[in-house]
Amino acid sequence: MPTKPTSVPTDWNYAPSPEGTSHIQLKKKYSLFINNEWVEPLSNTYYPTVNPATEEVLAEIAWANEADVDAAVRAARNAYENTWSQMPAHERGKYLYRIARMMQERAREFAVIETLDGGKTIRESRDVDVPLACNYFFYYAGWADKLEYAFPNQKIEPLGVAGQIIPWNFPLLMAAWKIAPALATGNTVVLKPSETTPLTALKLAEIIKDCGLPPGVVNIITGHGDTGAALVKHPDVNKIAFTGSTQVGKIIQRAVTGTNKKTTLELGGKSANIVFDDAPIDQAVEGIVNGIFFNQGHVCCAGSRLFVQENIAPVVIQKLKARMESLYVGDPLDKNTDIGAINSKEQLETIQKYIQIGINEGAEIFQTECALPTKGYFCKPTLFLNVAQSNVISQEEIFGPVLTIQTFRSIDEVIQKANNSPYGLAAGVWTDKGSRIFNLSTKLRAGVVWANTYNKFDPTSPFGGFKESGFGREGGLHGLSAYVKSE
Amino acid sequence: MAKPFIPSEVFSNVSIDKVGVEERIARFQSRSIKNEAKHQGLRMVLNMIDLTTLEGKDTPGKVRQMCYKAQHLHDAFPGLPTVAAVCVYPSMVKIAKDSLVGSSVKIASVSTAFPSGQSTHQVKILDTQFAIDQGADEIDMVISRGKFLAGEYAFVYDEIAAIKEVCGKTRLKVILETGELPTLDMVRKASDIAIHAGADFIKTSTGKIQPAATMQVTYTMLMAIKDHYDRTGIMIGMKPAGGISNSKLALHNLVMVKEILGNKWLSNEWFRFGASSLANDVLMQIMKSENGNYQSADYFTID
Repeated sequence: MPTKPTSVPTDWNYAPSPEGTSHIQLKKKYSLFINNEWVEPLSNTYYPTVNPATEEVLAEIAWANEADVDAAVRAARNAYENTWSQMPAHERGKYLYRIARMMQERAREFAVIETLDGGKTIRESRDVDVPLACNYFFYYAGWADKLEYAFPNQKIEPLGVAGQIIPWNFPLLMAAWKIAPALATGNTVVLKPSETTPLTALKLAEIIKDCGLPPGVVNIITGHGDTGAALVKHPDVNKIAFTGSTQVGKIIQRAVTGTNKKTTLELGGKSANIVFDDAPIDQAVEGIVNGIFFNQGHVCCAGSRLFVQENIAPVVIQKLKARMESLYVGDPLDKNTDIGAINSKEQLETIQKYIQIGINEGAEIFQTECALPTKGYFCKPTLFLNVAQSNVISQEEIFGPVLTIQTFRSIDEVIQKANNSPYGLAAGVWTDKGSRIFNLSTKLRAGVVWANTYNKFDPTSPFGGFKESGFGREGGLHGLSAYVKSE
Repeated sequence: MAKPFIPSEVFSNVSIDKVGVEERIARFQSRSIKNEAKHQGLRMVLNMIDLTTLEGKDTPGKVRQMCYKAQHLHDAFPGLPTVAAVCVYPSMVKIAKDSLVGSSVKIASVSTAFPSGQSTHQVKILDTQFAIDQGADEIDMVISRGKFLAGEYAFVYDEIAAIKEVCGKTRLKVILETGELPTLDMVRKASDIAIHAGADFIKTSTGKIQPAATMQVTYTMLMAIKDHYDRTGIMIGMKPAGGISNSKLALHNLVMVKEILGNKWLSNEWFRFGASSLANDVLMQIMKSENGNYQSADYFTID
């Protein structure tokens, strides 16, 4: 029989849809990966790595000391002198291709572990982090035997042993950014992942072992800041590549001064996202959301300073607030979650400190209505309106889901304000006018300028900053030159 | 008489970036609709369908059969909702009316020289009046795409307003025929014109032109509805028609409506699917979720 003549609106909500975790294998304890072997740390010390969404311990992780670092560097030096630098370039390429393919085969496992250990949503780890990490290996695998075309009329040589220190916001992706170009150019590696997110790098170690990469070519040592410091100070390291905070970057820069070590530093940012009145507004709102709330705002190039042309500011802000209300904050493993957990308790406290500073500075705060899980480290998507250039919250990097909004009236004004920052990593420009895009992309002092999009990454494109955002470029052809010297 | 005043926003240009729209669509498509949400969603889809036959070869017999199906989607499984409406040519409205006596299923009639709209003002008025006199509950008119593309927006506006005047309380759906509007900016402009001229619903397509109801186009129209609602508090309905032939795509459309306009729009008063083959695919999915496996298409009737 016919039922329901005219239907009444239903409260239609998505049922929970968590990604399964039964297929992943995690050991209770991870030691150090040196010479393709799992070795107990000489320090004899372990520390726990925690799932920030549940505060549960996932595994115990070795905490390497100076002696452990020395063992890893010696392994890398030995592999460099005796195998890797002697190997024909096309053979090096084959290993990189093999790593990329094996990562692809285990993509789901990597995505789940990345989400468990770091708190990012499964949607992002599955659709962005892992596929992109594979692509970086594929891309640099292709360069391995074509370096003479990358550096025409130059005789180039690898640097030797590269010490690489990576952050917790994109653990596997940053490992790929660092390892792939170093190996393609013939260097060997000691990689130190962040203390809060070591697991995907340690899973990558399994692949490195399984693919038959010669022992010592990639060594992975875990630990805290002192482990990284020991790596930076080690006299037999030829290159330091660091991605992380500007504060630590400065310490590294001081430590390598007066040595022969080459460095690339990819540091913080306070990037401007600029919306003009002729922009496609609904898409710009998406770009603003993607710019600041992607990966909970734990993105060095996050569009954390929004500049909106004054005549459209009310409509942009209204639409932005409405869009923010439709974001799902919660269990990072649920496929429908848009914003996951803050990476650590420490980081959550930092973000909360800045939110309080913003309130104290008299800025108008807006946070979404969403209910946060009772356990784990979560932060509501946050806007600050009526912000001045001189507010702390518009000057310092917050590294969380917090956006400051300022308005502008003229192009000159917005260029001046966007550049008026100690940082210069990225910027976004939203306009329908092509000529305006070219004008701004030459005048904005930022390593990347995105036009009508934001947070787009590609292996072929160089990435890096101006001023306190660091120096050196990663990705693309430029990424190769950071790992070679010409005679 | 047409409305004398045309609001300025009708002629303003809302620019739309297709690449950005596609990214947003990908987000909707990556939503995972499982268990209870899927179950509920599929029933909602059934209840939002305008079961349609719009062919030169339509006969009273064909229309009567479709009207029966509209009320008895799958009698083997009791408790299912009916579709929202049947959609037919004006000449078939009377037949449908007689077949649906006592039913809650509404009768929508196309008009204004559907599908091309290439006729005189007089004919379009008469066409609409005839459909209403025959008993149509809803009118699906087409806009004059030629005039629109020639930039004669006032003509398009006046024509819609005139048809709305004939309709009175009969709900008017305005078909933009987006397959003939080459850019999303134009889709947006046509949406704004239709909404301001008095449309109760805006509808993507006639079903005669490809591409029809792509998610990009539906997204653009939903945003026009949202902007209008934010400005005025007036709800306008949306009907994607043509090309939505499977459950997954239909559910993605619901996700889009939910996330843009909110649950308020999730009823057949505000959202419809113009489709002929969608119903059976949805039925097949519902039966699959009931008993765990797919039945052959031959178990679902094809009136």
